[in-house]
Amino acid sequence: MLTKRIIPCLDVKDGRVVKGINFVDLIDAGDPVECGLAYDKAGADELVFLDITASSDRRNIVTDMVRRVAETVFIPFTVGGGIRTVDDFRAILREGADKISVNSAAIDDPYLIDKAAEKFGSQCVVVAIDARRRRVGKAADPSLSYSESIKMNDEWKPSDGWTIYKNGGRLDMGIDAIEWAKKCEVLGAGEILLTSMDADGTKAGYDNELTRMVAENVNIPVIASGGAGTKEHFYETLTDGKADAALAASLFHFKELEISEVKKYLRDKGVPVRL
Amino acid sequence: MIAIIDYDAGNIKSVEKALQYLGCEAEITRDKDVIMNADHVILPGVGAFGDAMKKIRDYDLETVIKDYVATGKPFLGICLGLQLLFKESEESPGVIGLDLIPGKIKRIPDAEGLKIPQIGWNSLEIMPDKKLFKGVKQGSFVYFVHSYYLECDNEADVAATTFYSTKIHASVEHENIFACQFHPEKSSEAGLTILKNFISL
Repeated sequence: MLTKRIIPCLDVKDGRVVKGINFVDLIDAGDPVECGLAYDKAGADELVFLDITASSDRRNIVTDMVRRVAETVFIPFTVGGGIRTVDDFRAILREGADKISVNSAAIDDPYLIDKAAEKFGSQCVVVAIDARRRRVGKAADPSLSYSESIKMNDEWKPSDGWTIYKNGGRLDMGIDAIEWAKKCEVLGAGEILLTSMDADGTKAGYDNELTRMVAENVNIPVIASGGAGTKEHFYETLTDGKADAALAASLFHFKELEISEVKKYLRDKGVPVRL
Repeated sequence: MIAIIDYDAGNIKSVEKALQYLGCEAEITRDKDVIMNADHVILPGVGAFGDAMKKIRDYDLETVIKDYVATGKPFLGICLGLQLLFKESEESPGVIGLDLIPGKIKRIPDAEGLKIPQIGWNSLEIMPDKKLFKGVKQGSFVYFVHSYYLECDNEADVAATTFYSTKIHASVEHENIFACQFHPEKSSEAGLTILKNFISL
């Protein structure tokens, strides 16, 4: 039976893992290879490396990291962050990455999805979507700051929908998230990595309304992201939210929750997992 | 030496890296002599059946593959590399494959709530005494990414099956030809054991 996937996400900057990984047996917690191996051993089904390097040399730094990870870690891994062209795809896939995730670049040029899928196959094109509940009522006042509007967005109903953001969540594109996900599928995306900006960082659970709406409207796998705080949250998004996989970062890095613990809980509740 | 056949089949680096990790000398090549002189040959692949067969023919690799297989030395197809060993695929009607084992490649049947492609870890039912699966536990999980699947004509050729919408022949063993629909090079411990079994043949 096909299992639901649990995916840790690692932020990397200048080829080093940032935000700390708290495995006791790690000699170098900043080394992507060592972190990747530790997560493989811990039962991760896949890995996502999100590159936040700002320097002009970023491509070389990333390809070098990918090469080293692919030499020792034998589970699938995705690389995202700053990938804008088919050449960027090629450079990273050539070193052994399995999938590439694109976000802002796909919004700027949706045909990048089509071109990359045509060249390398849909299976390696992951579209990352950052979505937030559409601001309504008082929260829609344009003079409000981002954080103020989030707090005031309490009159929201599912029918108000979600819009997508680019540039790391700073710019509201005004595009409906469900429509955008459907378009990504038509263009050839192989998976959707869906982050709820409302839930991200709250540890109060994934946005399962959003996740379910997207999952029901596309026929490609959806990875839920943002908001995981407990093992119940994983269960809810993989059942209620209809997600095919669930992603988390700090929760795993800081050992607040073990992947094996999450998986055992899921198995006991009847969710198929690889254990 | 292990030859990994290069016909522009996308991401084949990870197969090479897994073999090197296991201590083997591997070479990505489309050179006829290198392939014929190899002890083991792997046909990897990601993409569409029709395009892949066209490239194999453009690079003049069809005869090389068939000549190598005729030597009786071990040959392994991975993912699309498994599908190409059969005569035809619903993905590319009219295109003739390598036709080395009897069977058909079909589209995974649609079912309520089922996503296509199948992406992720699925469990294997392993047939008894299959060489690739020595030391691999019954029910082991391996990583799949595919929209089309194999249905062998002869049950005796089937080495392992999985279930996704329908029964899928996930691995075959036919004389010296072996193949996996899943990616052993991305299937953690279980996958590395399968590759190790292949290179020990």
